[in-house]
Amino acid sequence: MHIAILGNGISGITAARFLRKLTDHQITVISAETDHFFSRTALMYVYMGHMRYEDIKPYEDWFWEKNRIDLKRGYVEQIDFEQKQLHFRKGDQLGYDKLILALGSTPNKFGWPGQDLQGVRGLYSYQDLEYMEAHSEGLERAVIVGGGLIGIEMAEMFHSRHIPVTFLVRESVYWNAVLPKEESEMVTRHIREHGIDLRLSTELKEIVDDGQGRACAVVTGAGERIDCGYVGLTAGVHPNIGWLKDTALETDKGILVDEYLQTNLPDVYAIGDCAQIRHPKPGRRPIEAVWYTGRMMGETVAHAIGGQPVEYDPGVWFNSAKFMDIEYQVYGDVSGRMPDHYASVYWEHADGRKSIRIVYDQNTQEVAGFNLMGVRYRHEVCERWLAQKASVEAVLQNLGLANFDPEYYQQFEREVVAQYNKQTGRHLKLRQKRGLSRALAFLRGRA
Amino acid sequence: MHTLQKIGLALFAAALLLFIATLGLEKYELSEARLTNAIDNTYHVDAIVAAAKEEGILGNTYASSFSFVPVVEDLFREAGANLKTTPPANFPEDGNRADYELPSWKAENYLLPVVKKASTGPVSDQPVLFWWLTVGLGILGGLLYILPKFNLIPGIKHDHLYHRSLTRGLRLSVRGFFLGATILGVLVYGIYYMGKDYFWPGITLLIGLLITGLVFWVQRSAWRTPAKSAAPDLTGWLGVGAGLYLIAFYVLLYWSPRHITSWMLLADPLSYTLNGGEASQWFLYGMLYTLVILVMGVRMFAKYMHNKYQQIRTASVMFFQTAFAFLIPEILVRLNYPYYDFKNIWPLNYTFFFDWNLDNLINSGGLGIFMLGWGIALILLGVPIITYFYGKRWYCSWVCGCGGLAETMGDPYRQLSDKSLRAWQYERWIIHAVLVFAVIMTMGVLYSYLPKNEVWFSRGNFLLLMIFTLAGAMGYAWYRWRKGGVDIGATGMYVGLGVTVLLIGISGYHWATESEQFFFLSSGETRQWYGFLIGSAFAGVVGTGFYPLMGNRVWCRFGCPLAAYLGLVQRFKSRFRITTNGGQCISCGNCSTYCEMGIDVRWYAQRGQDIVRSSCVGCGVCSAVCPRGVLRLENSSVDIDERATEVRALHISEERGVELY
Repeated sequence: MHIAILGNGISGITAARFLRKLTDHQITVISAETDHFFSRTALMYVYMGHMRYEDIKPYEDWFWEKNRIDLKRGYVEQIDFEQKQLHFRKGDQLGYDKLILALGSTPNKFGWPGQDLQGVRGLYSYQDLEYMEAHSEGLERAVIVGGGLIGIEMAEMFHSRHIPVTFLVRESVYWNAVLPKEESEMVTRHIREHGIDLRLSTELKEIVDDGQGRACAVVTGAGERIDCGYVGLTAGVHPNIGWLKDTALETDKGILVDEYLQTNLPDVYAIGDCAQIRHPKPGRRPIEAVWYTGRMMGETVAHAIGGQPVEYDPGVWFNSAKFMDIEYQVYGDVSGRMPDHYASVYWEHADGRKSIRIVYDQNTQEVAGFNLMGVRYRHEVCERWLAQKASVEAVLQNLGLANFDPEYYQQFEREVVAQYNKQTGRHLKLRQKRGLSRALAFLRGRA
Repeated sequence: MHTLQKIGLALFAAALLLFIATLGLEKYELSEARLTNAIDNTYHVDAIVAAAKEEGILGNTYASSFSFVPVVEDLFREAGANLKTTPPANFPEDGNRADYELPSWKAENYLLPVVKKASTGPVSDQPVLFWWLTVGLGILGGLLYILPKFNLIPGIKHDHLYHRSLTRGLRLSVRGFFLGATILGVLVYGIYYMGKDYFWPGITLLIGLLITGLVFWVQRSAWRTPAKSAAPDLTGWLGVGAGLYLIAFYVLLYWSPRHITSWMLLADPLSYTLNGGEASQWFLYGMLYTLVILVMGVRMFAKYMHNKYQQIRTASVMFFQTAFAFLIPEILVRLNYPYYDFKNIWPLNYTFFFDWNLDNLINSGGLGIFMLGWGIALILLGVPIITYFYGKRWYCSWVCGCGGLAETMGDPYRQLSDKSLRAWQYERWIIHAVLVFAVIMTMGVLYSYLPKNEVWFSRGNFLLLMIFTLAGAMGYAWYRWRKGGVDIGATGMYVGLGVTVLLIGISGYHWATESEQFFFLSSGETRQWYGFLIGSAFAGVVGTGFYPLMGNRVWCRFGCPLAAYLGLVQRFKSRFRITTNGGQCISCGNCSTYCEMGIDVRWYAQRGQDIVRSSCVGCGVCSAVCPRGVLRLENSSVDIDERATEVRALHISEERGVELY
């Protein structure tokens, strides 16, 4: 049996790796972007000179041949689902028995005038990075539009090259749909602390043509003109499925899939950013364009094809990012707009770059989520508490179990407990400090 | 860049240039007084003076050490020949000829002091001034460059490392050229070093070819292009320059110190203050080494303002270098005790069991005996016990001098370590081969040192002790491996077993036959070659010279026999591991890139696998540079095998269906 995987990002590659573990089928991974799998989330480090392209490839180039995973560089223009044939731009074809679509995303454009000018681009692909690099020489200012994770990454990238950045964010503080208020404000402060010209509550109205098809300025919603040589479009992404719209494949915003990640067509699966789950689990969105869900879907689809089908279950939500110098981790249900019956214990360090937030249900006292800024927590421990619906007081008293900061780092769990006591008038004491032995004992159910 | 930083950089560059220039500022002049100053054997002085008078070179001035040294060598040869035929007039009839004869090996020892005493010029006139103008100004420049960094926002400071010529590394082919040329150069020079004897260089070449064969064909690396090696498409020529400079420094230091006497002259005042004597090349080296660690340690404090592990660790290496490696030994010498570095452990300290060192310690009273006992206790108890509790990091990145230099001066080059599987395969063969060489060399030296049976610790009992130690250690390793707890390839384990059995067999043979030469080798030549190849060429020339070419831990990773010993303990029985934080890894590669030991940390992290690797020195930088908080250095007695060896599917357990972890 021949399995073709369209896309060599984390979803497609995870699927290929697990298919190889589970089956002896012929596997071909197809990509127009690069010959080999690389970590998309690490593109920024190549630009900043922390790593080379070679370093962001998680596997050495011989890995694929050794594991009998065929790699094909090519641009698929059309899929003949009837005949099970992929048609490449160069005119050649490739047949398959099963097809996994791992097509990824493409940056959003909202119909802004000038959005297709030269020097206007999102940051998603390797080519986007090359484009950014090619336009950086002599660049006097970059404007970034859209205040998500890629926006701040791009700001950090230009900033590392000492290129002045103006960062247009539609919201009144950075990323406040996802981050609670205090954390949003912390990141907002941090962006400005680095000398980035952050414009809140500011929308893009148009991008100005310099007369030669190049962007030379942007005009904001308030009519202000900002001269710049590059415009980064980072207002989110959407599934890269435009070219499949008029086929037998059933799509909505993404490619619709069931809990086994199968599309409406037999032998065709979709995973990662491009997949839209028909019936997502409670609390989850139908499209979740993050690294971790891509990896989970890759594992799941490999099991489905490998004859050990399991339902896709992403488990307890988690994510992480880094806002310039501030690391961010989240476990469970934390957002900028939390339901009214949620309360949270929030502690922030005096330096304004670290905080710990524990969200819980006021009615049931069950812990609902953890949000960490500049502090590291153990994924497995937080997940166990969340899955068990542990009570917030049990969590607080054992909070040290979750601490994952390096050795000798100051531990702030006592301050978190004190904050809770202050808020509630209780008299809890911290019973557990940081330590692997205790954490492992807890995970094995002995604590 | 801050203006202060620009000034600092300029000052540093000026100081470095002047430092190099001092080698050409001095002239060399022979006189009777200078010769008497340099040589304490009056027969030799008289003969050399006579020869010099005959040649008419007393009072002549030579412009450089390169023109001066051959003249002196000729003089020594002539004086030696004269003494051989005609004994000194005042020599007593019943005296020993050895007291006045001047064979070439004795003359060799006079070369450095004579050149140093013959030196005349601004540096010898004003050593303190020149110390300040070179070393002092260099420190000032370095600090001016570093101190403004304390004002930056705390965080990872790796911007542009791969854009800078000094730190971006070499194209693979260029790196290969330097590596090949260095190995060839060392082997060819080695033939001369061993008195035109091809045996040891030949054996070394043979073992090198054997290892290459093992890596390429037995471990099937031939068809694997090493993609994660030093930069395939970049060559930082400034880095190449820095590497060549360091290589030249070490070559002169180890094998031609007579050409760097100007540097020793400017170290003289400090040497007199500390140990009461003048500066040898080793004092000069120790002084520079310590100052570099201190200044670059300050740089580490600035770089890792936010990371307490890095700060404490850096303070520790700064302290151990300054106090243990530099000040205490010098003060001991001043007090007429043996030079002793209390933290230097055999087999890194490969001269520890040499006869002259043992004699020196035994004859130095209670303190000497304590030093001997302390050194042995560190080997037999310190290493296994402390490594069991904390991993090899307690030594390699907290105490060791080589580690100290790597972690401070070498920090800007850590990304240049080769992460390819091929490099790892080479690493394992080479470092363990060096350990075996160190063990054989030391056994030979001790065997010939120990009496046959007058005392309880005789040759025979020593061999029995070695047999039991080797058998016990190998037996335990084998048991752990068979139990499945340790994920190591069969080839390595079988070769390890074979070598152990061989060593035990040879020990048994010597125990039974009481033959004179251990392992059929001359212990003198063995240790001479070890000192040359491992002690000087590998640890110094390659170990530090290759910082800008192959990363800052080339010696620690490929060559250090103590690191190999610590690594075996860490791999087979230690509570130390690097834990991975669940599923948070995004495979970005910062951890692998900045691992100075070339461990592909990401390989494990992205699988949620804990990391137990013999080479890990626990520097903690993988954890520091991780943007997602995935890695943590931890010690625990719980559950090391299961979490480290199981290849974990992050999301789905293959046996149990959908399950989280």
